[in-house]
Amino acid sequence: MEEIIQKVKNLSVGFKSQKGHEISILKNITTNIKKGETVGIVGESGSGKSTLALAMMGYVKQGLFTMDGECIFNSSDLLKMENRELEKIRGRKIAMIPQNAGQSLTPNLKIGYQIDEALKLHTKLNKSERDNKTSELLNKVRLPSPETIALRYPHELSGGQQQRVAVGMALAGNPDLLLLDEPTTGLDVTTQAHVLELLNFIAKDTGTSMVYVSHDLGAIAQVSDRIIVMYSGEIVLEGPARDILKQPVHPYTYGLLKSIPKLSLAGLPDSMPGSQPQPGMIQKGCSFYDRCNFAEDKCKKNSPNLEYVSELKTSVRCFNYKKLIEKKNDKNTKIKRNEKNIKINEILNLTDVSISYAKQKFLDQILNKITDTNPTVKDINININKGETLALVGESGSGKSTILKSIAGLLRTKEGKIKFDKDKILSNDLKKRNSSNLRAIQLIFQNPDESLNPNHTVEEILAQPLKLYFGLSGEELKKNIIELLEKVRLGKFYMTRYPRQLSGGEKQRVAVARAFAAKPDIILCDEVTSALDVSVQAAVLNLLQKLKEDFGTTYIFVSHDLAVVRAISDRVAVLYQGRLCEIGPSKNVYQFPSHPYTEVLLGAVLEPDPDIKPKLVAEDVVEERPPEKGCCFQGRCPRILGDKCKNETPPWQIGDNGNAIRCHISVEELKKNQI
Amino acid sequence: MEINKISEFKKKSIFFKISEVLVTMASKPSGFIGLSILVFHILLAFVSPYLAPYDFKAIDPSLMLQAPSSEYWFGTDSLGRDVFTRTIMGGRTALTITFFGSLIALLWGGLLGIFCGLVGGKIDDVVMRIVDAFLSIPWILAMLLIVSLLGTSTEVLIPALGFFYGKGIVRVARAATHDVIAKDFIISARARGHSNLSIIWNEIIPNVRDAILVEGAMRWSWMLLGFSSLSFLGFGVSPPTPDWGLMISNARGLMSFAYWAVIAPIVGLSSLIIGINLTADAFAKALGIDRSTKAPV
Repeated sequence: MEEIIQKVKNLSVGFKSQKGHEISILKNITTNIKKGETVGIVGESGSGKSTLALAMMGYVKQGLFTMDGECIFNSSDLLKMENRELEKIRGRKIAMIPQNAGQSLTPNLKIGYQIDEALKLHTKLNKSERDNKTSELLNKVRLPSPETIALRYPHELSGGQQQRVAVGMALAGNPDLLLLDEPTTGLDVTTQAHVLELLNFIAKDTGTSMVYVSHDLGAIAQVSDRIIVMYSGEIVLEGPARDILKQPVHPYTYGLLKSIPKLSLAGLPDSMPGSQPQPGMIQKGCSFYDRCNFAEDKCKKNSPNLEYVSELKTSVRCFNYKKLIEKKNDKNTKIKRNEKNIKINEILNLTDVSISYAKQKFLDQILNKITDTNPTVKDINININKGETLALVGESGSGKSTILKSIAGLLRTKEGKIKFDKDKILSNDLKKRNSSNLRAIQLIFQNPDESLNPNHTVEEILAQPLKLYFGLSGEELKKNIIELLEKVRLGKFYMTRYPRQLSGGEKQRVAVARAFAAKPDIILCDEVTSALDVSVQAAVLNLLQKLKEDFGTTYIFVSHDLAVVRAISDRVAVLYQGRLCEIGPSKNVYQFPSHPYTEVLLGAVLEPDPDIKPKLVAEDVVEERPPEKGCCFQGRCPRILGDKCKNETPPWQIGDNGNAIRCHISVEELKKNQI
Repeated sequence: MEINKISEFKKKSIFFKISEVLVTMASKPSGFIGLSILVFHILLAFVSPYLAPYDFKAIDPSLMLQAPSSEYWFGTDSLGRDVFTRTIMGGRTALTITFFGSLIALLWGGLLGIFCGLVGGKIDDVVMRIVDAFLSIPWILAMLLIVSLLGTSTEVLIPALGFFYGKGIVRVARAATHDVIAKDFIISARARGHSNLSIIWNEIIPNVRDAILVEGAMRWSWMLLGFSSLSFLGFGVSPPTPDWGLMISNARGLMSFAYWAVIAPIVGLSSLIIGINLTADAFAKALGIDRSTKAPV
């Protein structure tokens, strides 16, 4: 029997509602963390996974209180300890790595000083020993030249480097248990893969136990030995990582895994209906009853217990898990997206578009002189056909949102033309665009919390474009609003609700409805699913696809998630540092030969499968500015040829399958090396 | 049929919202006390002419500086006027003038602040520097200048006070606007091609309204104090009218032996200010603008 370092026993955490009811967020959680083991806690937002991780540190957020149970660490209950005693444990025995390292590092202290501070607090080393230890830690988290990094300020590091520093600081006290709360969520795909690989290495190297909290099954699959799936404050499934990912025996986990878009499967993933119940809503019965495909009458009346299934080494909270065991063999997800032949009928054309954030000097403005020789976005030539979905893919800073904004007219282009419907040139000044051109292009934003006015009802939100473009009022306006809501599968009783009364998925549906209210020709989708939970994401993607088929709308879809892009797009354009690297039909871009950058991106995608490991081929440090000349990817390219790449802009080549690649390396050569 | 039902529900919800805010305000002891004091003062201002036992301007030399008695509850002042009558009526002018003054301050300060926040750039720069310049002038000196040039009539005092107390609101409204201006729903409205006016009215005002109203409520109590100071200096209300500031000013020389003539108006003034302040605080909390958030750890 392995040594157990933390024991959570019958833990319930809750809050008091305004009416004085006690509402639990965590219900009766029991689990053990063994020495040297990495446990992944996975669940959608609101499932209580972060609350559980914090409770493992002996911390309960303000407003919450421990209703029952205990968290035993070193044979003492953390939740009953005084702050002074906890201080001795936090950092030294249990350390935490937060989600956003940029915010958790003090902005005006140097990295070295901050690590030194942690060492001073948690160890008894003297000054020179601490200095050595600082370099050792920075080395361990694989930061280049630790001595110079130690002298830098947090803002001088990239997001991935900041996260590495946070890992280093957490290791300063040599903790027995490391809690990680969504440590890679805000990072780019390649950086995320690198950080996960580092965490794996550290777990093996130091033998530290880790609790890895995330909503991302892909990330969890890479690091965990054991997985705990949480739903609505309960553990619904717990067991070895491989078994859970390969054969999920709880309907929720089964649905969750099905709703994740995968690189290997084209087409839209299955979606799960409904959303997670609010705390306190479920009084009796299984909390997953409403969304479950296997539900029976008894599920509504009785709550299932967490049952240990010895042949699977898994604990499951379901009456009908046996049905899922029998069902294990149907693995073929149907390709739902019918790939109709898109006629060549150009609707939008970007010619030599470049966009600069640099302000022109006053004198240059008068003389109309262009000073910025190295704009943020340069040489963008894209044409989009009617009814097509074009995806712009790239890491943060690749200029994909910038291009979207300039199409919408929110950002001025510096050079180039944007043509709409073959002959209408869209002005780069929003105020000079006429109403019908404005109507034709609509935006959907990433975060529906920000894109819907919190003080408007759904009715008022949807009325705005209808009033503005079609001058509707009275009964006709109401009729149209109800029609719109039906289109996005929301009932008319949603009209009087405020955004805060809706769930994330419902909010995004309202945002979609608002965009469709204008009867647009083109909809620009800016990371529309990245703020949503996985199961909701699949539903929104399916909805967008359905609406597109019904109305023949064209989408320009910006995303950093290659799997999502694979699911929805017809054509993909890969961007790096504001320059196009590769463009072509999506099924071809996802196949080799491809641009070295596409190769790097594809290698870093995390799949919820322990057998598919990311391939790390290039460094994850992104330059701050695009290079002045030569290939945009020269700084990180693993296949760089030499001076040619640094001095000459690479030519466009047509790959085997009709995808255009901008690289000095010939297609044949790429093909040889990449397979 | 059903569509009508929905709209009915919405109309109700506005009244419902106001009553909800009032209930939330009164549910905390401080809010309840503040609201009760404020409501008491407002009611008193309305009914005091009918409650007053004596004529507020009746001078009687034989009754000079009488101590409180069963006949004259709060005593009499140096001209033999009943202090009780003058105290219960003394808040009327101050309340009216400062209430309308605050409204004017809210209106111009709020709108200018929102406009500057939305437009930004050079216009914003110029306007804000002018506002800063005005903020650096001691308001009481400027008020004295205006009053001595234009007289102390209500038509002068209300806009003058409204102007000087609106300057601070400009900054608050501008800051609140800056908070929402970067949000996607504003960008979305811009991308749809809404005019600036429509963006201000539909998108910004509903989101900054609460912050501005709370600021206005706080300004009200300050303005009340400011107005009483003016009266105290002899530039507020003209003498026969009962007013707390004026009463304090008149009786302050006799404080050592006729304290009752000073204490009554002081209690009146300070209770009203405390009442407004407590109400404004409770109002802010009921709207979710908590100004005393504690650190999470």
